[in-house]
Amino acid sequence: MTSQVQEPKTAVGKTANYFDERLGLGGFTKFFARKVFPDHWSFMLGEVAMWSFVVVIITGTWLTFFYQPSMAHTYYDGSYAPLKGAEMTVAYASSLDISFDIRGGLIMRQMHHWGALIFVAAVGLHMLRVFFTGAFRKPRELNWVVGFLLFIMAMAAGFTGYSLPDDLLSGNGLRIIDGMIKGIPLIGPAISSGLFGGEFPGTEVIARLYALHIMIVPAIMIVLIGIHLMMLVIHKHTHYSGPGRTDQNVVGYPLMPVYVAKAGGFFFLVFGVIAGIAALFTINPIWNYGPYDPSPVSAGTQPDWYIGWLDGALRLAPSNWDVSVFGYMLPFGVLIPLVVSLVFLALVAVYPFIEKWVTKDDREHHVLDRPRNAPTRTAIGAAGVMFYAVLWAGASTDLIAIYFQMSLNHVLVAMQILLLIGPVIAYWVTKRACLALQRKDREIVLHGRETGRVVRLPHGEYIEVHEPLDKYELWKLVDFKDYEPIMPRPNEKGKITVAARLRSALSKIYFEDRIAPVSKAEYELAHSEHPQEIAAEETMPRRKTKAKEISK
Amino acid sequence: MNSDKPLHRKPWAAGLVVFFGLVLSGGGYATATNVVETEFGSAEQVSEGRKLFLANCASCHGTNGEGAIGGPSLIGVGAASVDFQVGTGRMPGQASGPQLYKKPVQFTEEQILAMAAYVASLAPGPALPDPEFLRTDGNVEHGGELFRINCAMCHNAVGAGGALTEGKFAPALGGVTEKHIYEAMVTGPQNMPVFNDANLTPEDKKDIISYLKYVENNPSVGGFALGSVGPVAEGLFVWIFGLGFIIAISVWLGAKAN
Repeated sequence: MTSQVQEPKTAVGKTANYFDERLGLGGFTKFFARKVFPDHWSFMLGEVAMWSFVVVIITGTWLTFFYQPSMAHTYYDGSYAPLKGAEMTVAYASSLDISFDIRGGLIMRQMHHWGALIFVAAVGLHMLRVFFTGAFRKPRELNWVVGFLLFIMAMAAGFTGYSLPDDLLSGNGLRIIDGMIKGIPLIGPAISSGLFGGEFPGTEVIARLYALHIMIVPAIMIVLIGIHLMMLVIHKHTHYSGPGRTDQNVVGYPLMPVYVAKAGGFFFLVFGVIAGIAALFTINPIWNYGPYDPSPVSAGTQPDWYIGWLDGALRLAPSNWDVSVFGYMLPFGVLIPLVVSLVFLALVAVYPFIEKWVTKDDREHHVLDRPRNAPTRTAIGAAGVMFYAVLWAGASTDLIAIYFQMSLNHVLVAMQILLLIGPVIAYWVTKRACLALQRKDREIVLHGRETGRVVRLPHGEYIEVHEPLDKYELWKLVDFKDYEPIMPRPNEKGKITVAARLRSALSKIYFEDRIAPVSKAEYELAHSEHPQEIAAEETMPRRKTKAKEISK
Repeated sequence: MNSDKPLHRKPWAAGLVVFFGLVLSGGGYATATNVVETEFGSAEQVSEGRKLFLANCASCHGTNGEGAIGGPSLIGVGAASVDFQVGTGRMPGQASGPQLYKKPVQFTEEQILAMAAYVASLAPGPALPDPEFLRTDGNVEHGGELFRINCAMCHNAVGAGGALTEGKFAPALGGVTEKHIYEAMVTGPQNMPVFNDANLTPEDKKDIISYLKYVENNPSVGGFALGSVGPVAEGLFVWIFGLGFIIAISVWLGAKAN
């Protein structure tokens, strides 16, 4: 028996065996090393998010060695001349010291900030990729929700960090948040005074934001990232359609060694890009803004980009919506943007469940949709992007006005109108564009690609030579699922419920206009009807004399 | 050997002549310029200024500077106002609109001063600033604080400019001369409020000018400043160039596999 067991000979083998005998890592390694991932650049967006998060964690940890989250007063005595002797908080003074007097401090701060901007942007793009390819469908709905929570946490991490230097810019941002909280009826003022430990700005908020920023929010994020990746392993990765790729398999390369090398290398590339940007471009020059003081507000006061859409919502809401009820002010100019933003986020979070309910589709999906093959989903996504983008642009109305030499008031009104009709136009245009693209695909599958080569046949007829697709292309164009509108059906009691009617109505919106994929029968019929076209392609490109063969 | 040569034939004679010529013409020019400065507001200059005014300004501001349909009265705006508006090229105005833009200066320094003298002769108003307060060795910390409290809400924290309502705007302050910054504060051109000496003393104004010149002459320590307009520029940059670059890398890595 013992002769059958092979004892490891090499040092590496012995070490590996040592750990395997004690920890049972062999099975674990076998499982993960053989994990297969498909290759496509859009699958790397989530990875960009993860690696930039790692960069942010590393640089952020370094910053905690020098940053002091204290709102105690001090007088600046560092190297930056225009602030020398200025009264400020210890938090701001230590942020200035990191920027001017601690070796390597400024590049670390800039890497942390640029990395954070890239992180949230990568999270957003990753979400869009998942949405537009339908990767959130069964069995991945819950992972969509986890990802959504990560997006919210990313914004929270960003905002709490943005406020920490306690400069004028971030203090103004915090004041806006304070105002929004206070605008919430009944409980608002209590929440505000709880958060700030009394009246704004108080002496507590920086330390509290610091605890949120370096402990609570990152801890939640790390847990969520763990769950996110665990689910990725459980579900296996999705892939784009292609020959041999089905809902039962994953086609790609194993984690070990291909993806370990690739992902490891990718980390260094992302790190390098962030470090390069941080070395060359200023971000958040807190020394320009000066210490926080509740009275001044500088022109061009904006939040970081990921909070911009909320700032835009506030800017675009008319300012004359305040209503006084029994002596209590209800500031609808603040409350409506707040509610609209929350509803928008809620819709993003539950979209997979809405779509599943409408389609009644209980199958597992591992092959991704091309966006055009789900026209209504793509159109809804485009409308959502438009809505977000208008709010986002709304946060920079002042800069748009000054750089394009327009009236600030006109820019605001134009944005307000665009916010209402933009998503409708985006929905309509996208849906029509998707259907047109599907029609084009169908045409190509049935008749091949137009080559632009016109051939005259012996009996005088002119035809354009169509080039049929190769098998790989063909598969991509026909491999998608088609849904039909669901008719409202009576339940066991013979009644058609309101829910059934609603589902039927939504289903009609989704699938009334649709282009079915080319069926096998259609394909064969199309190709038997015009045998000469195929023959032309196959036998005889380009020679006039061979045109005779076609007629045979 | 050549000592019997006439003086004007000596080898160094030509050099001497050139030297004296230069001293005379340069010195004379300097004296003449000084004369113009010391005689600011002389009857001669005022009458010269009035001629220029009638030819270039009167169609909008009235033949006696009393104002007309196109432009406001200039009575009491002072020499500083003329020097700022004409000296930065804003006047003569190109077209009516929410606000006049800077453009190439249309007059010589001498002509501008003549017009300033004429307008100053109409009624007392803010005078040309004392060069004492145009130096940039003031207290930049104090200047920065005053700038943030009084100016930054329109002009941005480092004077990058900002938008106002209805197409009006606070222009960027980079490259504006010390004199024009001072004059803008005392005269409040276009949509800007007046910061008189009771509000900001001449010393305060000097500090503000010193701060602005400090931030102008000391480029951002963090690298390219992206226009110093704050998070919007940073966000645009990160989406277009940051993510653009990273996606290019992703596409490259994705393509490598196939």
